[in-house]
Amino acid sequence: MARVIVDVMLKPEILDPQGRAVQGALGRLGIAGVADVRQGKQFVIEIDGELTEERREQLHAIAGELLCNPVIEDFVLVVDEAQ
Amino acid sequence: MRIGVVTFPGSLDDADAARAVRIAGGEPVSLWHGDADLKSVDAVVLPGGFSYGDYLRCGAIARFAPVMAELVKAADGGLPVLGICNGFQVLCESHLLPGALTRNDHLHFICRDQALRIEDSSSAWTSDYAVGQEIVVPLKNGEGCFVADEHVLDELEGEGRVIARYVGGNPNGSRRDIAGIRNARGNVVGLMPHPEHAVDLLTGPTVDGLGFFTSVLTSVVNA
Repeated sequence: MARVIVDVMLKPEILDPQGRAVQGALGRLGIAGVADVRQGKQFVIEIDGELTEERREQLHAIAGELLCNPVIEDFVLVVDEAQ
Repeated sequence: MRIGVVTFPGSLDDADAARAVRIAGGEPVSLWHGDADLKSVDAVVLPGGFSYGDYLRCGAIARFAPVMAELVKAADGGLPVLGICNGFQVLCESHLLPGALTRNDHLHFICRDQALRIEDSSSAWTSDYAVGQEIVVPLKNGEGCFVADEHVLDELEGEGRVIARYVGGNPNGSRRDIAGIRNARGNVVGLMPHPEHAVDLLTGPTVDGLGFFTSVLTSVVNA
């Protein structure tokens, strides 16, 4: 079995009001010096069998098409080698 | 004149959209998300709501519904399509319209009567309005903040493709107060506020929304 992790984050120029709300909460909890918080999503995808180059490319394509909206988000796909 | 209204799992305003079509003088036709069939309608409304629970991103999963593959083809061929609220989000996710709708800048779900200024009357859905006309229709969304990069925003403005702007305060942080846009051809329109809730004084604040639904009847006749 193989495990692929896709992290999706809003592009830096897109306002992240949720991240800003979390930053505000951190301040209220007395945690000083938090310059910025950005909130994203992580997808953990488990694949039966071996992760061939073809399947990896397929996952990369679907990450850019379904898991993230390239208009407002960037993604990073990594293979979890610990698996 | 047969106007299709698509129902996705989680659509809320399909019945009101169908009712608006009927009041405007058209014949509403129910379309089902799981059927790759537009039933030969003359135009389509993608209604508001929370398709697929807004999971992943608003409109992201609806985009891949069987009916959408047909709709994208038909829209590319000139079929008039109006996406309201969640329908606007689906149109952006489908790349029929540019940009994206993101979380309101103040994070609150907002529900109120909203003043808009119609900025373009050349689209299939706005021809019955005058440019500069102000209307009041309900607005209700949590993710209505329209964003696009500056280049796309300049292009939308330069080509007259902003069809409506918020007046009297921007309710969600949308860039340049944009409430609705159209594609270059003018057959596809996305609008965040809800004209289908303003077609009858018994249930709406005004009847200002009716123009979207009467416009398309005229457009289809003239096409």
